[in-house]
Order: sequence, then structure tokens, then C-alpha cells
Amino acid sequence: MSARNKELLGLVPVAGLLIAGFASVFVVGGDDLDNTSLIFGAYFFAICLAAHIFLRIRLPYADPYLFPLVALLAAIGLVMLYRIDESFARDQANWFVVGLVLFMLTIVLLKDYFVLERYRYLIVTGGLLLLLMPRLPGIGAQVNGAYLGVDIGPLAFQPAEFGKLAVVIFLASYLREHREVLVVGARRFAGITFPPIKHLGPMLVVWGAAMFLLVFIRDLGSSLMFFGAFLALIYVATNRISFVLIGLLMFFAGAWFFASTVGHVGDRIDVWLDPYADAQGDGFQVLQSMFAQADGGLFGKGIGESLLTAPGNDQPLIPEVQTDFIYALIVNELGLFGGCGVIAIYTLIAARGFKIATIAQDGFSKLLAAGLTAVFALQAFVIIGGVIRVIPLTGVTLPFISYGGSSVIANMVLLALLLLISDRARRPQQSTQDVIG
Amino acid sequence: MNAPIVRLFIGVLVLFALLVGFTSNWAVFDADELAAKSQNKRPLFEAQQIERGKILTADGEVIAESKPKGKGDQLRYVRRYPLGSLFGNPVGYSFLTEGQTGLEQTQQAVLTGEDNEFVSILDQIRGRQQEGSNVVTTLDSGAQQLAVDQLDGQSAPGAIVAIEPDTGAVKAMVATPGYDPNTIPTDKQQLLEGGQASGLFNRSIQGIYPPGSTFKVVTAAAALDSGAADPDTTLDGSSPQTFSGVPLENAGGEEFGDIDMRTALTHSVNTYFAQLGEEVGTGTLLDYMERFGFEKDPEVQLPDDQMATSGVFNSNGKLVDEGFDVARVAIGQGGAEGQILATPFQMAEVAAAIANGGKLMRPSLVQEVKDPDGRTTSRLDPDVQSDVVSEDTAAELTDMMTSVVDEGTAAALAGDLGGVTFAGKTGTAEKNLDERINQPWFIGFAPADDPQIAVAATIEQCTGCFGGEVAGPMATAMMNYFVNGG
Repeated sequence: MSARNKELLGLVPVAGLLIAGFASVFVVGGDDLDNTSLIFGAYFFAICLAAHIFLRIRLPYADPYLFPLVALLAAIGLVMLYRIDESFARDQANWFVVGLVLFMLTIVLLKDYFVLERYRYLIVTGGLLLLLMPRLPGIGAQVNGAYLGVDIGPLAFQPAEFGKLAVVIFLASYLREHREVLVVGARRFAGITFPPIKHLGPMLVVWGAAMFLLVFIRDLGSSLMFFGAFLALIYVATNRISFVLIGLLMFFAGAWFFASTVGHVGDRIDVWLDPYADAQGDGFQVLQSMFAQADGGLFGKGIGESLLTAPGNDQPLIPEVQTDFIYALIVNELGLFGGCGVIAIYTLIAARGFKIATIAQDGFSKLLAAGLTAVFALQAFVIIGGVIRVIPLTGVTLPFISYGGSSVIANMVLLALLLLISDRARRPQQSTQDVIG
Repeated sequence: MNAPIVRLFIGVLVLFALLVGFTSNWAVFDADELAAKSQNKRPLFEAQQIERGKILTADGEVIAESKPKGKGDQLRYVRRYPLGSLFGNPVGYSFLTEGQTGLEQTQQAVLTGEDNEFVSILDQIRGRQQEGSNVVTTLDSGAQQLAVDQLDGQSAPGAIVAIEPDTGAVKAMVATPGYDPNTIPTDKQQLLEGGQASGLFNRSIQGIYPPGSTFKVVTAAAALDSGAADPDTTLDGSSPQTFSGVPLENAGGEEFGDIDMRTALTHSVNTYFAQLGEEVGTGTLLDYMERFGFEKDPEVQLPDDQMATSGVFNSNGKLVDEGFDVARVAIGQGGAEGQILATPFQMAEVAAAIANGGKLMRPSLVQEVKDPDGRTTSRLDPDVQSDVVSEDTAAELTDMMTSVVDEGTAAALAGDLGGVTFAGKTGTAEKNLDERINQPWFIGFAPADDPQIAVAATIEQCTGCFGGEVAGPMATAMMNYFVNGG
């Protein structure tokens, strides 16, 4: 079976999930839902089919599993959003249309994605500027104490979602060029291998950027995500675990320092360590999340059965349920099994992403695929981890599930890049193609 | 570069395994503990979204029902009590913020449908709302209303309890003043501040009082059944006589000569029963009290903290089993070392045990449980709580108690049941001798030859009154209702 037929087959469970999910929300929610709202599911599936047909034409050899896995996540997200509020599902489906356009544009314009290497400094400058925007007066928006949003007139978006792409592209390109020097120039000192001093500079810059993000954006999670992606790339490029350990040590030392000196960073950590200390205030969100999960149990309460607000008043029982805490709602309604299902899909996407990195033939492709996959997996880890108190709470979105245009669009571009790399890697030898072409 | 990529993937697997582990912890392993946290209001809100079953009287009147408010996510059920204060005490209340009492509390699992684990899991998978079962009580709305009417006319708070002797079914349980459960969300604090004077205090089973001469039935039962005496045992009925160094008088100082037990009970002769008590002895008397249900909480479906134990209490309010004046306890009084105190419910159980041939049936407030589809899932299964006395002893006691009504202290009530013979015992416990404050009692059952109902009635105090004239008419009105149908 050809790759694209496998992909089409992979969309069958997506359709099944959409039908079952939308139908059950509609049955449970009944009276409050508009009859036409059922078509949001069909609308989204049409987007999936359009993307599939586009891939058939443009990237016939691309990985067949990646897109159906992403569509599955998006379907789960859409059903949960539909269950929270039908307008969220409509908006999200609309965002997928925009996402699809950017997905296609990426594939068409970056067919030769090596051009990215040429503009790497431009890209990273743009990316860093994006990350700074939330703190600029007038356009920055603070959400839950973290500066992750930008609000310019009608346009509101989360720059970190796009920033992560820029940073990974830059690092992949930079490390492709400097990896040999990093390895060869390394010095052993006191039994630990240190990167050469000359190249330590750029690493310190990245570490400094992560620390800056921590203090400036006040979000431990996103700085962990960026720095984690950086360490993953360093590791892949140099195969030196000592670099990773030194990096982690530096990160946690810096995080500890800022946690004890900068109040708002420390507060987040205190809440993480003991949410009961301020159950009605700072600890409220994560406690409600834990209570909602406890209420879900093994199988969950069933779609549409979760209590989102206290009956009789509108006090939320799962805060920020459509974005940060959507995982808590999934565990509440679909149980531990539902939560593990979502994590399993992320695991499979990571597996496919790293697979693409291993079969890619050149250094840049390998590093780019590994970096994009790592940053994607870390984002999922950081937000779910925050919601279930593995790490302090953070403000990034759950990729492809959370409500939000920036997240959908940026991750669609990320998917496009991975598919581009895999199409090149899996394409039969040039000579064969010439004969066919 | 492929080896580090594979190891990177392993690292991601470890991180994701951490996520699975933590989710498992919150959702499953630690779930019960989280659900019990006081900060966690979710279980309370969810309980409010379950349509709690109805509570009904034996004759089908609705005592408690749940009314929906709001729609969708905002849907919640609020308890309503259509009969107001009539069933306030035995049934109690159930509100999200105020908690639960009475049958609402003890029948929680049934009323919310949690008792059937299998069905609720099945419903959960089907996504069906959990629904509670209906509880049909043994209480009779007519009898309950009649008891309220009887007590409302009295000068002091009081209580009436009526029990079906052969089943243990509690047909009426009233304490005045009552309270209207519908007002609990607004008035609970005020009611609580009233302490034992408030309507929340269910004096029918929480109030302990000196039972006075009604307790002579217990003393007689112990004497007859243990063999310490027989109906013909003759003792000196003169007055006063000295017990524990203090003179004891008969009511009104009345003198009796050498009399048998029947005469002594008929005329409630204190000096006879004080001597009888001493002959029975502390140990045997306590033994028989236990068989009647004293010395422990009643075995009816009410929360333990909403029931009181009847027994011999010292002046510190502690139950004692020795060192008290058994002669005075035998006549339903006592002293600082030990005073007999009993709930109206306990005294109704005494009457019911004699009426049922000496077998005390386990009391019950629940007649049957019906699932939401109307099927009966459980029904009152009469069960002997204890073999108190032999059938012969019970027959002898019935005979003596019939004589109380025919020619004794309750002779004025003899015609109250329209020619039906009934058995009874009056009681007039002295609470303050100087101010002549007494607590009047009456216990009895009817008809005497085929008892259908056993009753205890009392009011907390009245001045210079007697059990036969104050409590007696209340009790006969209740018996008349059950024997002659209202």
C-alpha cells in the first residue's frame, strides 16, 4: 500500500472519533446546542481530506502516520471544545482552515527548506523579537501572571508558539555548521567534558535567553521548553551527554536563583510544592485540576458529564478549561484511559518525528526534524506536567488540542516542516525519479 | 547522529511515563483522598445534581422530595418538605451547605442510588444520570398529625412514640416543639443556638427523662421472669417506708396493707416496688433493662449522635451499673449515685415488648425501598432484637396492666377506646418536690388481647399533675386511632 493510501486509511478512525464525539456531546448537551453545530465536525474532517489530497499531490512520499495522528489529536480537541462551548469548536475549525493555508504555503514555498539555513540569523532575530513582544507596553497581554500573549487591535496571538519554530530552525542550522568544532574542541576537565570556550559563547547566549524568558515572561514552563529543545539539539549534534548535564545544571541553578530572588517565579514554585497553602488563591487552579482528575477515575464520567462551573453560580470548577487545563477535562470525562490515550498519541507522533530524523540523510534535516519533534514533545510535557503537578504550572498550550489560533497555525507549520523533511528522506533515489518524472 | 536521536526518544518516553504516572495517581490511586479534601467542593456539587429519591409515609404522602433548579450544567436539585414540620424530627433534612440529619442522613446511600454499585457503574458507562431510590417509611401521616395535635395542646414540650409490637415498625414519632426542615437553609444557626430547647432536639429519642412509675413495668418483668417473685408475692404496702436511709412515700401518702403484685401495679404502690426492686437486685434489674434495650442506643435507623441511651445515670451524667439506690430506681426515680432516665422511644419499646409476648422486635423507620422504576428492592423484615421475658411473664404483665386501666390509676381512661380493652401504666416522675413539678407519663398497648399498637407519651413537666390525667389521654387518643381507625 502506498504511503498516501495508508494515510487515508489512518483518517478513518479520525472520522469515527468525530462522529462518535460530536454525537455524544449533542445527545448529552441536547437543548443548549444549535442543530447546525454538528457540522463543525464534518467541517473539520473536510479540512483533513483537503490536507490529505494536497499531500498526495505535493509530498507523495511523506510519512503516512504523522498527519492522521495529528488529526486524531485535533479531533479529540475539537470534541472537547465542542463540549465546553459550541462556539469554541467553530472557532477552532476556522483556525484549522487558516492553519491549512499556512501548512500548504509552507510546503509550497519551502519545498527546498534549506533556504532556511541562509536566513537563520534573520529568523532567530525575528523569533526573539516575537518572544519579547508580550512585555512591550500597549500590546503585551498578561495571562495568569505570565506574559505569553500579544494583543494588537483585533489580532491576538501567542508569540512563543511561533518563536519556538524560529529558535529550532536557527539551532539546527547553527549546530549543523559547528557540531564538529564543538566535539573536537571539547576539553576534559576534572573528568567532565566541557565544550570549547570559543563555542561556549553561543551556548551561554541560549542559556541567558532561557533565563531571560523565565524572568521576563515569568513562565518556567516555556523557558524549560526552549532550553530543553536546545539541549536536545546539542545532544543530537555532539552525542555528548555531559553537555546536556552541564546545561541542565546551569538551567536549574539559574531557575533556583531567580525563584529565590524574583517573587513571581518563586510563587509559582511554592504553589507547585504546596497548593493547599492557598487553596482559594494561587493554589486554586492546580487543585481544581487535581480534583477534576480524581473525579474522573479510570473511565471518566463520560463526555458532557463534567461539572465545569459550580451549579447555581458561574464559579469555574476547571479554570481555563479550553486552553491550559483541557487535559484535566479530558481526564475528568474520559478518565485515566482517555488521558493515557492522549499521551500515547503524543508518544507516537514523537516516535514518527524521531524516525524521520534518523532516516534523513543530511545533518540539517536530521537536526531540524529532531529539534521540531523535541520541542513539540516538550511542549506537551510542560503543559500536561503543569496541569498534573509534575512541574510548576505553565502557560503554553496543549498542541493541536487546546483552543487557540496561534497554537493551531504554528503547529501546522511545524507539521509541514516535518512532512517536508520526511518526503525528501523517503523519496526513492534521484535517478529513479528522473525516469518517472 | 542516529544513536543520540534514539536516546532522545527514550528520554521523551521517560517524561511521558512520568505524565502517565502522575495522572494515574490523581485519577485513581489518590482519588478517594482527593475527593475527601475539604477544599474539594466537586463531590458536593455533584451530589446536588443527583435526583435524590423521595421519602414517603406508609400511607403514600410525600415527606421529602427533590425539586430541579436550573438547566444543563446549572441543574441542581434542592430538597423540599411538603408536609413542613410534621416529620421534621424523625426524617431530618438534607441540604448542600447544612448537611444532613435523621433518615435523610442514614438513608443517604439508598436515596442517592449509591447502594447498588453494579447499577451505578453500568449507568456511568452509559452516561446515565445516577438516580436515587425512594424510601417508604413506617410512619403514618394521620397518626403523626394526631400526635402533633395532642402535644400542641400541652403546657410543655413533650413526645409521643407509637410502635407496632409485632413488626417493630415505628408508626408515629413526634417531639414538640418541632421545626420545619424547609427553613433550615436560613434558620439553622438560630435553631442550633436554642440547644435542647429548640425544635432540632428530637426529644422523643434524644431526650432522657425519669420515667417514674411506668418503669415499674420493667421492675415487675424482671421480678417475674427471673423468678424473684410471682404475681401472688405479697409485700407490705404501707407508707412511708425507709430505703437507703430516706423515707419513701406512696402517692398521696396512701396506705396499703399486705398486697400482691397485681394490686401493687394497679395502684402504683411505690413501697411495694421499692422492696421488689431490692429483692430483684441491681444485677438482675440491669440485665432485664438491657434486654428491653436500655444501656445502649436504640437500634432504629437514626444517626447515633441523634439518639440517646436510656439507663441509670449518676449526677455527672455517666452510665453506672452499681452503687445506686436500686429501690428508687425500681420505681423509676433514683438519687445522685444513680437515677433512671429513659427516652420516650425506650418506654414505647418496653410497652411493645410486653405486647408482643415478651419479644422485642428491632424497631424500624423504613417500611420499604423502591427503585426509581417503582420496584421494591427491600422491605421491612421483622426481626427479634431480644427475647426480653417469657410469654407467660408477658401474659401476666398484660393482665396487670389491663387492671391498671380497668380499676387502677388509669381507670378514668377505660372507656377511651370505645369498649376495646387495653393495657397501660401511668407514671408521674417527681422532678422538683418543693415546686410540685412532675413529668407525667403513660405507656400502653391495645387491644390487650391482640395488641396492634404500643404507645409512650409524656410531656417534660407540669405542676401538681399526674400521668393518668395528662399523658394518659394523649396515649389513648393514639391507640384509638390505630384500633378504631381515627
